[in-house]
Amino acid sequence: MLKARQLSFHFSPSLPLLQDVSLTLRAGQWLGLSGDSGAGKSTLGKLLAGYLAPQTGDVILDGEALPTCGVQPVQWLPQSPELAVNPRWRVGKILREAWTPSDAQCQAFGVQPSWISRFPQSLSGGELQRVCVLRALAPEVRFLVADEISTMLDPITQLELWQALKREAEQRQLGVLVISHDSALLERLCPQRLHLSEGQLKPW
Amino acid sequence: MLTIDQLSLQLPLYTSWWKRDWATCLDEFSLWVSAGEVHAVVGASGAGKSLLAYAIMGLLPTPAYLNGQLYYQGKPLNASHQRQLRGRELALIPQSLSALDPLVRTQRQVAWAAQRAGHSSAHARHASQQALDHYQLDARAQQAYAHELSGGMARRVLTAMAHVSQAKLVIADEPSVGLDPHQRQRVLDALRELADQGKSVILITHDLRHALPIADRVTIMRDGKLVETAPVCAFQGSGASLTNAYSQALWLALPDNAFATTGMSRRQQEANVA
Repeated sequence: MLKARQLSFHFSPSLPLLQDVSLTLRAGQWLGLSGDSGAGKSTLGKLLAGYLAPQTGDVILDGEALPTCGVQPVQWLPQSPELAVNPRWRVGKILREAWTPSDAQCQAFGVQPSWISRFPQSLSGGELQRVCVLRALAPEVRFLVADEISTMLDPITQLELWQALKREAEQRQLGVLVISHDSALLERLCPQRLHLSEGQLKPW
Repeated sequence: MLTIDQLSLQLPLYTSWWKRDWATCLDEFSLWVSAGEVHAVVGASGAGKSLLAYAIMGLLPTPAYLNGQLYYQGKPLNASHQRQLRGRELALIPQSLSALDPLVRTQRQVAWAAQRAGHSSAHARHASQQALDHYQLDARAQQAYAHELSGGMARRVLTAMAHVSQAKLVIADEPSVGLDPHQRQRVLDALRELADQGKSVILITHDLRHALPIADRVTIMRDGKLVETAPVCAFQGSGASLTNAYSQALWLALPDNAFATTGMSRRQQEANVA
């Protein structure tokens, strides 16, 4: 169980972004998070994944703090995959940075064997996004924060990505926090939804 | 207003540094846009949507093989014509926010666009002021540099630049990417308004759902080919009045519709288009 307890966070002391935000994500749970741009959705996602440290409060995974080294059990999936990969690495090296997915998993996410020797710039955004999602699914990973991962995809590619992720998450009982502007998408994916505004979380 | 007749485009592809192949990016693509219409061009990334915009504006990289014919107001649109009309009658709202000059304040930038369209400098300043007010950019945003603007503000600045040029044909390339719902609506409404003033708008986007409320007709594009051009009213219910399986699949995959793949697999769809 991933727990955030009374997180507060600000980039500048005069502008508090999150105030006393608490959240629980259970294994196998799909939780939706919406909010206007600038409301702090991505910041909350990064706090949960340990990319940022809160000023007060803490993030607890099964009663312990997040590990500081090794594979991070909470993975943050960014909106722009092209900014999340090393442009000098080939796709094969990017994909196998933390673990080696099986051929069946590659197929489920539509990652073609022919991409392995290519550079990330030669893949389209949707193709690279699937590589990035699969890269983050190492066996030690238990929770995912999907930050607007399908915004730049066309409807069919978006659907295929979510279907593949849903299958994988069900099999392994991954907890997923889906951050999106798209309320119709959140309704489809997540039985529970939260809305972030003025630094507070409210049920939606 | 604009007619595209059997346009084909090939761009070079270097398989190794001494060998050049030609990749077909647009394949016998035809389309017409009339005055007062918003025509949405929808497709996945890599379908050739932006290249279509560049082909109309005459901004393609060289070398490029271009076949087929473009007609603007009944006359063939060739390179010298395009140079003359660009920024005056034809305007492009580019996809990339890096199209803004980083060293110039917003208002100046918009005034330049007005001057390019043939306004005197005094009038250009006035027109730019008006356009920026129209798109609800406050005094601070008008005196800001590009990096100080949010994504939504920068989009509206680019739209204002197209607006002051008094162009008759506006091509908007992915104008709503990365905007929250309010800002997206504002940008799309601005485009609809341009069309209601009698201009033609080509809206290039991958976001079918949000294009529908403001568009009159929709062209679905795939791998440089035209899949289908349909009136907006065809996109409803189960999409039964759409004639092509790919456009139906695209429609049904939307989260507020079935959010499901149709019976055909991806491979079959590809075979179907080819």
